[in-house]
Amino acid sequence: MPAPASSPAPASSLVERDFGVYIHVPFCRVRCGYCDFNTYAPSEVGGATREGYVSSALAEMALAGSVMAGDGRAASTVFFGGGTPTMLDAAALSSLLDGVRTTWGLARGAEVTTEANPDSVTRESLATLASSGFTRVSFGMQSAVPHVLATLERTHEPENVGRAVEWAREAGLSVSLDLIYGTPGESLSDWEASLDTAIALEPDHISAYALVIEPGTRMGAQLRRGQIEAVDLDTQADMYELAEERLAAAGYAWYEVSNWARTPAQVCRHNVAYWRSQDWWGIGPGAHSYLGPRVGASGEELSAERWWNVKHPRAYSDRLAAGESPEAEREPLTAEDLALESVMLRLRLAEGMPVGDLPERRPAEVARLVAEGLLDGRAALAGTLLLTLKGRLLADAAVRALT
Amino acid sequence: MTDTRIEPAATAPELIRNFCIIAHIDHGKSTLADRMLQLTGVVEARQMKAQYLDRMDIERERGITIKSQAVRMPWQVEGAPYALNMIDTPGHVDFSYEVSRSLAACEGAILLVDAAQGIEAQTLANLYLAMENDLTIIPVLNKIDLPSAEPERYAAELAQLIGCEVDDVLRVSGKTGEGVDALLDRVVRDIPAPVGDADAPTRAMIFDSVYDTYRGVVTYVRVVDGSLKPRERITMMSTLASHDLLEIGVISPEPKPSKGLGVGEVGYLITGVKDVRQSKVGDTVTLAGRRAQQSLGGYRDPRPMVYSGLFPVDGSDFPVLRDALDKLQLNDASLVFEPESSVALGFGFRCGYLGLLHLEIVRDRLEREFGLDLISTAPNVVYEVEMEDRKVYTVTNPSEFPSGKISEVREPVVAASILVPSEFIGTVMELCQERRGIMGTMNYLSETRVEMHYTLPLAEVVFDFFDQLKSRTRGYGSLDYEPAGEQAADLVKVDILLQGEQVDAFSAIVHKDKAYAYGVMMVGKLKNLIDRQQFEIPVQAAIGARIIARETIRAIRKDVLAKCYGGDISRKRKLLEKQKAGKKRMKNIGSVEVPPEAFIAALSTADDGSDKGKKK
Repeated sequence: MPAPASSPAPASSLVERDFGVYIHVPFCRVRCGYCDFNTYAPSEVGGATREGYVSSALAEMALAGSVMAGDGRAASTVFFGGGTPTMLDAAALSSLLDGVRTTWGLARGAEVTTEANPDSVTRESLATLASSGFTRVSFGMQSAVPHVLATLERTHEPENVGRAVEWAREAGLSVSLDLIYGTPGESLSDWEASLDTAIALEPDHISAYALVIEPGTRMGAQLRRGQIEAVDLDTQADMYELAEERLAAAGYAWYEVSNWARTPAQVCRHNVAYWRSQDWWGIGPGAHSYLGPRVGASGEELSAERWWNVKHPRAYSDRLAAGESPEAEREPLTAEDLALESVMLRLRLAEGMPVGDLPERRPAEVARLVAEGLLDGRAALAGTLLLTLKGRLLADAAVRALT
Repeated sequence: MTDTRIEPAATAPELIRNFCIIAHIDHGKSTLADRMLQLTGVVEARQMKAQYLDRMDIERERGITIKSQAVRMPWQVEGAPYALNMIDTPGHVDFSYEVSRSLAACEGAILLVDAAQGIEAQTLANLYLAMENDLTIIPVLNKIDLPSAEPERYAAELAQLIGCEVDDVLRVSGKTGEGVDALLDRVVRDIPAPVGDADAPTRAMIFDSVYDTYRGVVTYVRVVDGSLKPRERITMMSTLASHDLLEIGVISPEPKPSKGLGVGEVGYLITGVKDVRQSKVGDTVTLAGRRAQQSLGGYRDPRPMVYSGLFPVDGSDFPVLRDALDKLQLNDASLVFEPESSVALGFGFRCGYLGLLHLEIVRDRLEREFGLDLISTAPNVVYEVEMEDRKVYTVTNPSEFPSGKISEVREPVVAASILVPSEFIGTVMELCQERRGIMGTMNYLSETRVEMHYTLPLAEVVFDFFDQLKSRTRGYGSLDYEPAGEQAADLVKVDILLQGEQVDAFSAIVHKDKAYAYGVMMVGKLKNLIDRQQFEIPVQAAIGARIIARETIRAIRKDVLAKCYGGDISRKRKLLEKQKAGKKRMKNIGSVEVPPEAFIAALSTADDGSDKGKKK
């Protein structure tokens, strides 16, 4: 992470970006077969305890506070992801949120989300979270179809989702459901059943992610051995189109390629901040952080940079216990990198991006993408690059054409 | 410490023996040569690089010799010193002209045959050439240390072939050195000393010329009459170009300058010229001040047999490719090229080669020595197309195949001789029939080995005939061929169209009966090699306006990552940068992006679309 500032200085007024905090909780009860995330089942943690994790995360916050001293921005969003954050009890999660308050402060109306496994919450734990400042919970529902959940090696009982959603709503939390499509063996009607089940629970927000089978996962190995068969891209496209159709009909509007919300107020602001290249600090093993171009404590210009922490919880806590930064690697970002990332990220949003923000003008490419039906023609005439439904499915191709 | 009686420029012809080794590619010629260098003390054992004489990396890797060299070695027999010049010859059919010049520089040849495999067709061809040149042949079986060696059987075969006694066939092992000293004694005893007129105007034959970065062209010569001395002015008899002799010497095994070269001697010249085409293999060197009346004869210009286009994958490498070809040509007088532009592949060169091996070597060297990433189009031969109005076109590139009323297309044919164990006669007949071959005579070399003669279209031979012959005869078949004129044939041009756009690089001239199969194969390959794009792409094969095969590449519908894991945006950006770099390499046919690998794979000779053309 950036070196702590030698003396606090009021340099923050120049930064207009929002600031968010991501807290990575690297624990799961079991590791799912498709999971490529930095998470550890109890047998894999190698001596790192949950209690130890909480104090390490708080230590990293203290370190972050000294680095960002003088920045002055309070966190406008906080997101607990994993892993399974609810493997920590509500008190532990609350103490981490208190750490954020102490370090940066929480902005008024801040969005505070935690991911949760429907099996690892109770009415009480959700109420505790709400009362300690959490505003939002995102349940990993993934599917409503038993054989799909079995392939994903998800352990939760499908009926627990409805109960969890009920409790969360009682506690006054905004609710999101995460779905996965394109699981080996999942048919279009399986996916339709999952969509219908999710919609019937009336969450405020739904995410639908295509399953990506990474080579290093158990599922990757099964694929290589021919034990499972990947869902082809055409079927995945059908599934995405079905999701858009069902969700739109039920009143959910897409705001990012994989995300839909009932009202603009229910959009996940933390998520959108990533796509808009806002600043965030990632706390926890393997977490990524990003600070855009800014002015340092003594008035010097600092270029944008991204860094990420060591992955293993044990290494992470050892570093912090020794008073060292848990950073594994960092990457300074050039203006060209930022321009490229900006197109790559913003094009995915329903708000689109101004044509003038492209790194270089590409009128012919824009026209071609309109002609091919990837970009909305009206929006383009009005100066905005906006993906059509077809374009959302081919977003990466559009980005390649425009950068 | 050389005996003064055999010092260069002062050696009596009676003490000189010039010989070469005729052998098939893997029959151990280089290993035997290494052993001779050691035994004669020219190279100490600890300096010995395996296969000392093969200089280029490619040669060492492929275990074959492309460029011949001549090494002078001292050897004593019954107290008398002799200077032995071993002239290394290429073994491959592509270089038969070079072989014939090497043979012309010798009085004798060691016929080296693997005691486990017997003689091969190319060796047989070179043996005939040697006997035509009246060379004294010393038959030798090599690798007698191998458990699978059958010296009795193959000694009988050799004895029958050259008309000697079985006992005259020497048995050696290049690997262990067994029998090599006896072989050197036999060279002195059996091979005649060179004969020439020391007082006549100088005539020396060029049997090789090599470009050296530091020295310019190094020319290898065999002096027939007269002599050559440092600082003399020499004249090339084919071009009458004159140059000063900057250096003259012998190779032993490194170049050693000498006071000159006399009758019968073999050595090298350096004149400072930079281009091997000014020092042509087969040409006669004479003195500018006292020119010989008649050249030694046998010279001819190299004639390309096979053409193919060479294109840089990255279009901006075109100037690098041009410079690289210029440099290669300094060292390879038989390589010809001219600029070519392809709609599909951009700017490149149409190159002419002696054969497929020559093509592969040139491409390997361009990629290896100059760091180029290249696409080479399918090799083709030279066609004569006669129109109804009697105009005749010479076509070296399918894209130049004329449209309009054609009365006749003629293609080159070769006389091929194929040597196989008799159990494979049927297999070979089948293969040759598929390749439009016409059977000639068939001779039994022994009870179990047959030499079959065929007339085959060269186009059918250059494709993958040799690979097929090898695989269908379980490696036993061997092949040699020489040009045998041309024949009229029912040939058509098949074009390949992507989204209606003709891809010139994929056009091919094929026999009418094979046009459909070619079309189906190519569109099938391309369908698998080209990634799905945002629109549907028809892939068609056509003869003129008639479509003979069609496939469709369906439009891609999904190309988007679901999410960025835990804010890992760098990973996504790097993936994007990688994709963008990949996109830059794409060749655009209309709006279709075709990866360069698709060209390489589609143009490779393997039917299954695997990348066999790129054997490394």
